[in-house]
Amino acid sequence: MNRRPAGGARIVVLGVGNLLASDEGVGPHFIARLERRWELPAAVRAIDGGTSAMDLLDDLSHLDLLLIVDAVAGDARPGTVHVLEGDRIPEFFTLKLSPHQVGLSDVLATLRWNGESPREIVIVGVEPASFDLSMDLSPAVQEALSAVEGLVLARLERAGCPLARRGLPEPA
Amino acid sequence: MTRITIDPITRIEGHLRIDCDIDAGRVGKAWASGTMWRGVEQILLGRDPRDAWAITQRFCGVCTTVHAICSVRAVENALGLDIPLNAQYIRNMIVSAHAVHDELVHFYHLSALDWVDVVSALSADPDKAAALAESVSPWTGNSKHQMRAVKERLAGFVKGGQLGIFTNGYWGHPAMKLPPEVNLIAVAHYLQALDVQRRANKVVAILGSKTPHIQNVAVGGVSNPIATDSQSVLSVERLLAVKSMIDELRAFVTQVYNIDVAIIAAFYPEYTKIGAGVLNYLAAPEYPLDSKGTQFATPGGYIANGDLGGFTPIRTFGDAFLRDGVKESVKHSWYKGGKGALHPYKGETEAEYTDFQEGGKYSWVKSPTFHDQPAQVGPLARVLTGVASRHEPTLRYLNSILATVKAVGKFDVPLSGLHSTIGRHAARSVMCAVNVDILEQQWKLLMENLARGDTATFNAPVFPKAQIQGFGFHEAPRGILSHWVVIEDAKIKNYQAVVPTTWNAAPRNEQDAPGPYEAALVGTPIAQPDRPLEVLRTVHSFDPCLACAVHLVDTTTKEVVEVRVQ
Repeated sequence: MNRRPAGGARIVVLGVGNLLASDEGVGPHFIARLERRWELPAAVRAIDGGTSAMDLLDDLSHLDLLLIVDAVAGDARPGTVHVLEGDRIPEFFTLKLSPHQVGLSDVLATLRWNGESPREIVIVGVEPASFDLSMDLSPAVQEALSAVEGLVLARLERAGCPLARRGLPEPA
Repeated sequence: MTRITIDPITRIEGHLRIDCDIDAGRVGKAWASGTMWRGVEQILLGRDPRDAWAITQRFCGVCTTVHAICSVRAVENALGLDIPLNAQYIRNMIVSAHAVHDELVHFYHLSALDWVDVVSALSADPDKAAALAESVSPWTGNSKHQMRAVKERLAGFVKGGQLGIFTNGYWGHPAMKLPPEVNLIAVAHYLQALDVQRRANKVVAILGSKTPHIQNVAVGGVSNPIATDSQSVLSVERLLAVKSMIDELRAFVTQVYNIDVAIIAAFYPEYTKIGAGVLNYLAAPEYPLDSKGTQFATPGGYIANGDLGGFTPIRTFGDAFLRDGVKESVKHSWYKGGKGALHPYKGETEAEYTDFQEGGKYSWVKSPTFHDQPAQVGPLARVLTGVASRHEPTLRYLNSILATVKAVGKFDVPLSGLHSTIGRHAARSVMCAVNVDILEQQWKLLMENLARGDTATFNAPVFPKAQIQGFGFHEAPRGILSHWVVIEDAKIKNYQAVVPTTWNAAPRNEQDAPGPYEAALVGTPIAQPDRPLEVLRTVHSFDPCLACAVHLVDTTTKEVVEVRVQ
């Protein structure tokens, strides 16, 4: 049960959420941006987790660091970026926005049961403005993506994995 | 009379509310209400039909691949487009591996705890548990050493005050009947299943390029480039890795899952008589074996009133009996209606919320009918169509499970006992074993076809300057799924998904007849109205997945699981 893939990534940046519900999809939108703009070293994997849960068990086992990007409703101004870690992780799961977070808490509980928990979990949450049926983010959340990126890059650098900018120009 | 309201039902995807009137200790009437609005199809209007599959698989987090597969089938049906054999085989492998994953996770992680008392496992004698398990199965994970280790681990978690994944169970409920040793065996298998399900998921990831949300399907085939000698594409080496995963899955499914479901049936014989409900069954044939979809590996069709002799098969993609038989009513759903039940090509999804009115509108789920009758869908429908058409693998695995029930429980389960809560679990276990067989069969077919030098995977679609329409069906883990698309000048004009849980969680229909959940709950004995475990057993046996059944979420209220007794 405690298999660790040889040479496997030790850090995962996981974006979760529903791409069809506007700001609910901030996680997957962020992963697309990260992969487009930055070279990821072998130790770092970016995963668009969509709204799935148990499917992610293998990808999330035995990590040194798990960075989760998701929408989090903390009664703040839309676009506000919340960082939750350590004792504040359970708070994230009481701010349930959608069914996928229930699944994610099950995955983390299962990892703990199996002795495969990430050593460190950091949640970067963005305060949503809209859950309307749309594949686009609201302007406030779109604007917050650069702040999320800054926080994620800083965490990766602190974990010994600084990212290099891709040479390609960003598509419009 | 007592009214109980469970809102939401837990250990499912999405939001479902169940109301029951309890009279003399039994359910008299029941109402199923989907409490999230979806309307997600509207996002597809005006888009390129070649993109629909990538969008529809975001409907849900559990059954992602099923919407991708069904969507391309619908567009191909509208175009009259055949797809290459390799594409069919690769899709079939993804479909079967996904189903095996889903079936294992549903039984062990979403529903077994309705029957298994985790806390009772702490008083088990692990050596006796091992002896019992080894007497019915050659599985290597049943040793004394393993049973002792599981008990120690469980005790450690309970001592630390952390049940974790096992927090919300009805431990110590009077309707829990397994002896401690059987509970310990089940907990051991729950943990082993967590590990084994990853194998099924890996097969999907290797073929689909990514999971969740596969990336390899396309209208006209799949985008997997095949080369038998390259590392970067679908190579023989990767296909051999898939084969070793299939072997691991087969061992677990036949030596553990098929046995465990029989043991639970043996200790809960009353549940072979509880939970029947709607006896009209509808299943789609699955695993197309030719380019056009005229031959399938598993049968599908319609059974009215539980009479297997009156079975009507569904034979091909585009089958008229299926195409013309589906309608949806919104008489009891929160949508604008007044036009009677509508065919999906003409389906409308305009919200009209009224609050919960048990004689009026009370759900976001529409009420589908097949030739004007409510129909139950899912593994049981599929197994019964398999029995009706003498499908050999279905009969073999079903008989094997029934033989284990007899060996452990010392009683026979007649075919009529399958129309029940336990029957749905047994049927899902049968289908899981059949799906492992299919996965291997499709693997062989793909290898043989590659050996013949055929590496084609894609026929390019061409869209006419005209209006066309088509539908795709897919027998998903929870039952028949259909996507209906109207295309005009290469853009989507209408799109409707009729999903398995819509059939089963349907509210009352145009004629006020109850849907399958509602009908199945009637007569269920309830020991403690404030802890309605028996209701959960029957509802979970359908494997509800509401995220796509209902047409998003109340975003501000914190979710609290509530059982109200009035």
